[in-house]
Amino acid sequence: MGDILSLAGQNLLTPMILSFVLGLAAALARSELSVPEAAAKMMSLYLLFAIGFKGGVAVAGHGVDAHLLTAMAGGVALSFLLPFAAFGLLRGMTGLSVVDAAAVAAHYGSISIVTFVTATSVLASQGIASEGFMVAVAAAMEAPAIVSALWLVARSGAGVRMDARLWHEILLNGSIVLLIGSFVIGAVTGDAGMARIEPMVVTAFQGILCLFLLDMGLVAGRGLRASRGGLGVGVVAFGVVMPVVGAAAGLAVALLVGLSPGGTALMMTLAASASYIAVPAAMRVALPEANPSVSLTLALGITFPFNLTFGIPAYVAVAQAIGG
Amino acid sequence: MLTHSAKRVEIIIEAPMEGRLTDALQAAGVTGFTVLPVLGGSGRSGQWSREGQVGRAGMVAVICLIRPERLDALLEAAFRVVERHIGVVSITDTQVLRAERF
Repeated sequence: MGDILSLAGQNLLTPMILSFVLGLAAALARSELSVPEAAAKMMSLYLLFAIGFKGGVAVAGHGVDAHLLTAMAGGVALSFLLPFAAFGLLRGMTGLSVVDAAAVAAHYGSISIVTFVTATSVLASQGIASEGFMVAVAAAMEAPAIVSALWLVARSGAGVRMDARLWHEILLNGSIVLLIGSFVIGAVTGDAGMARIEPMVVTAFQGILCLFLLDMGLVAGRGLRASRGGLGVGVVAFGVVMPVVGAAAGLAVALLVGLSPGGTALMMTLAASASYIAVPAAMRVALPEANPSVSLTLALGITFPFNLTFGIPAYVAVAQAIGG
Repeated sequence: MLTHSAKRVEIIIEAPMEGRLTDALQAAGVTGFTVLPVLGGSGRSGQWSREGQVGRAGMVAVICLIRPERLDALLEAAFRVVERHIGVVSITDTQVLRAERF
């Protein structure tokens, strides 16, 4: 426990976390500080490319093996199953309707790539190695949760709008295409490719991550301000309890698959995180009756800061204590 | 200057639905429209802003200028798409210069 608190303390005083806190505080204080939409998108593209490319380079040496495939299968299973746990908790802890609970559950079964990126950055800063293919596991965990959430709604008799076009949009959304594409580029070009673009994808990485987290803090702060405490105690408690439940499930899968301590921390982080890019758009099309402000405020305003400040250091410490 | 009566239909809808709406409009024979980004706003689902958005979030405004006799077909096509979604549909009388283009 002492190690976890010490690690959490160290993690809180990194430029990345402090940038997020700055954005959060600025938004809560109604500062006019803002990041233009185009700049946020550019940074998002950069981070996805860099993390995908680095993951690809890491697996270039040994190619696709059974370990990668079992880790991906484990990640997909988690993404399918976590919405059921989230849905059960939401129905027990909150007064959310079936549709709202299912929409929130889809966010929590899917993943937050920025939380994943921050976790890889924390691991790198502490010199903890992890499996490069975890980037591919992250990409595979984006969509299955949507299927589970829609099944939960369909079972209740409510209308679900799901068609081939939506599947196309989910499976080929920009984040997944860029993440997988840059992963393949990294795997094909290997160390020689890395040597050519290292100043861009490695040297500048943490600085740009700081600016992106500043923006995430601003978005989270605005969401919290707009909700004005309207979420209710049960919903807010869910935003803290669910990542812990997800992390525990991620730990079990990581141990089953046989991941390294670094890989285990990343699997825990993925399972603990909640999507706020891919799933919200899919939910707006498939479940338009769901209130988007509940899901987004929970994912961005409660769970994301929780994972960033306390979750990731705890997942790293637990993974090291068990696997290290 | 000679002007002609027309209808201006403005549909503010969630960005993920934009493609479905414009496809429905085209299928209904409405081939001319303009899509504008919406900076932010407030409604039944709370306040929102386009700043810092990283996914396909936010809203867009789809604006059509059409002859009055084509209004019903446009509204029926649009309604099928927007019926269950957050957004606003408004119709105003307007004047255009070149009637043959609408």
